[in-house]
Amino acid sequence: MSSRNFTALKTIWIKECTRFLRIWVQTLVPPAITMSLYFVIFGSLIGERIGQMGGFTYMEFIVPGLIMMSIITNSYSNVSSSFFSAKFQRNVEELLVAPVPTWVVIFGFVGGGVARAMLIGIIVTCVSMFFVDVQIHNFIVIVVTLILTSTLFAMAGLVNGIYAKTFDDISVIPTFVLTPLTYLGGVFYSLTLLPDFWQMVSQINPIVYMVNGFRYGFLGVSDINYLVALGLLVGFNLLLYITAYRLLKKGVGIRS
Amino acid sequence: MKALSIKGLEKTYAGGVRALKGIDLEVEQGDFYALLGPNGAGKSTTIGIICSLVNKSAGAVSVFGFDSVQDEVEAKSCIGLVPQEFNFNQFETLMQIVVNQAGYYGVPRALAKERAQKYLKQLDLWDKRNARARELSGGMKRRLMIARALMHEPKMLILDEPTAGVDIEVRRSMWSFLKEINEQGITIILTTHYLEEAEMLCRNIGIIDKGEIVENTSMKALLATLNIETFVFDIEQGANSVAIPEFETRALDDTTLEVDVPKEAGLNAVFERFANQNIKVMSMRNKANRLEELFVRLVESGRAKAQTANGSDVKPTQTGQEKRA
Ligand SMILES: Nc1ncnc2c1ncn2[C@@H]1O[C@H](COP(=O)(O)OP(=O)(O)OP(=O)(O)O)[C@@H](O)[C@H]1O
Ligand SMILES: [Mg+2]
Repeated sequence: MSSRNFTALKTIWIKECTRFLRIWVQTLVPPAITMSLYFVIFGSLIGERIGQMGGFTYMEFIVPGLIMMSIITNSYSNVSSSFFSAKFQRNVEELLVAPVPTWVVIFGFVGGGVARAMLIGIIVTCVSMFFVDVQIHNFIVIVVTLILTSTLFAMAGLVNGIYAKTFDDISVIPTFVLTPLTYLGGVFYSLTLLPDFWQMVSQINPIVYMVNGFRYGFLGVSDINYLVALGLLVGFNLLLYITAYRLLKKGVGIRS
Repeated sequence: MKALSIKGLEKTYAGGVRALKGIDLEVEQGDFYALLGPNGAGKSTTIGIICSLVNKSAGAVSVFGFDSVQDEVEAKSCIGLVPQEFNFNQFETLMQIVVNQAGYYGVPRALAKERAQKYLKQLDLWDKRNARARELSGGMKRRLMIARALMHEPKMLILDEPTAGVDIEVRRSMWSFLKEINEQGITIILTTHYLEEAEMLCRNIGIIDKGEIVENTSMKALLATLNIETFVFDIEQGANSVAIPEFETRALDDTTLEVDVPKEAGLNAVFERFANQNIKVMSMRNKANRLEELFVRLVESGRAKAQTANGSDVKPTQTGQEKRA
């Protein structure tokens, strides 16, 4: 990488991190609060009555899923709203006039989303430690899943931001697609609890693989094969990268 | 090698608007060039294409010999842009805005901070360096965009109406700043609606209307064609009955008379006539903006030519213009 590109990449990344830190009340506090509520309500209050799930206490079972859930929503919304507002305020033009290659733009924005997701992941993990002894089965699996999931959703957020024409357009996908898929993605239950038919349907939900892959890293148990999860993550990442690259290169939504 | 060379540039927007209909334009290195034209003429579109903000439909642009598409990186590095509309992040501080911009061009952060100090000071914004951009006044925002455009020390600066909404004092200091950096060797291209500004600053001038170049010449040559000047006389009374056969006159009311005076004729003849008819002249002034008149004339004669070429009728108003020209 040329030093010019490296400087540009670093600059976009710093700018992105500065943005979410500047508005930390909107970006960092809400996930911490939501997750604490989940821990209190589902983990402590209801969880005690549920008993064991997949061989662990309910609290232990849902912690990886909840961390994953916050990583998904935060990496997505960071990039979609940041890129959309850069279009809206037109400061995306600062990048367009400069000799910044498309891949640097993508990595810069995605890097910002990943940074926020990691920070939230750490915050949520810390919160969960008040409720449960967090155990780690395979640290590498955790880190790899974490990075691939957050880049995937950051990239998806970028594509959303590129297409978005109004502020509504960046909340449609999270509300109508991401949230349902996450809730149905096995965060709160083991797929084995479902009737056969619904177990099969769940297999086409990509989030199932991420949540289970992540849970495997913590607990060593999973409803699915970790390698399948890994393959899917890599595949989706590539697909979204190519999509974002083409859209930006063509100037969709940014160049008339 | 030209600082800017545009050949056959065309742009049709998605909605079907033909903003540029094949423009050719050249700007010499070190020039101070004005691109003038009425609203919607295609100035910003041209600039947008030069700076990769707008996709062209046809034609070629090269900047210091670099093709704006093939040698995108080199071409972009040569240009600093001050756009017509504010396009910085309103929530960032001035320092963040200019330092980040330098970063996009690969200027290391430490060097960027030094330059930020230099340019923010030169543009009188240093005290505001930690303020958020939205807290600035309109004139300050314009200057911020100039500072931002200079951060990577480009060889050419393009300013799209940099003095719109700027008070006269700040405008003057902007002018002297631009003159100074032009003298240091930076090629400057500027669009403006203040013709006085173009006259004051620019050596060469292009006039664009409805997506076509109607005039491309030196400022001097253009001013030389200004051979008729209009004077407004405030007289005691009887403006309607004044007769000055050699000049065209118009009585605006009983005490105000406009007279078109060709340069070579001089004013003595006018005063002789007034004296002969016992008319007392109270005061006299140059009719506001002769340049603006010239501009309107050029644009309209360009339109008349285009219409004749298209075989359609020339409108009567344009024949009136022809007579005055
Ligand atoms: N993004 C766009 N989409 C569609 N049409 C556009 C777009 N931008 C400009 N146009 C049209 O292209 C034409 C030229 O516009 P342009 O902005 O280049 O004019 P201009 O000379 O800069 O005018 P002004 O002095 O008002 O800034 C106009 O008819 C305008 O409506
Ligand atoms: Mg314009």
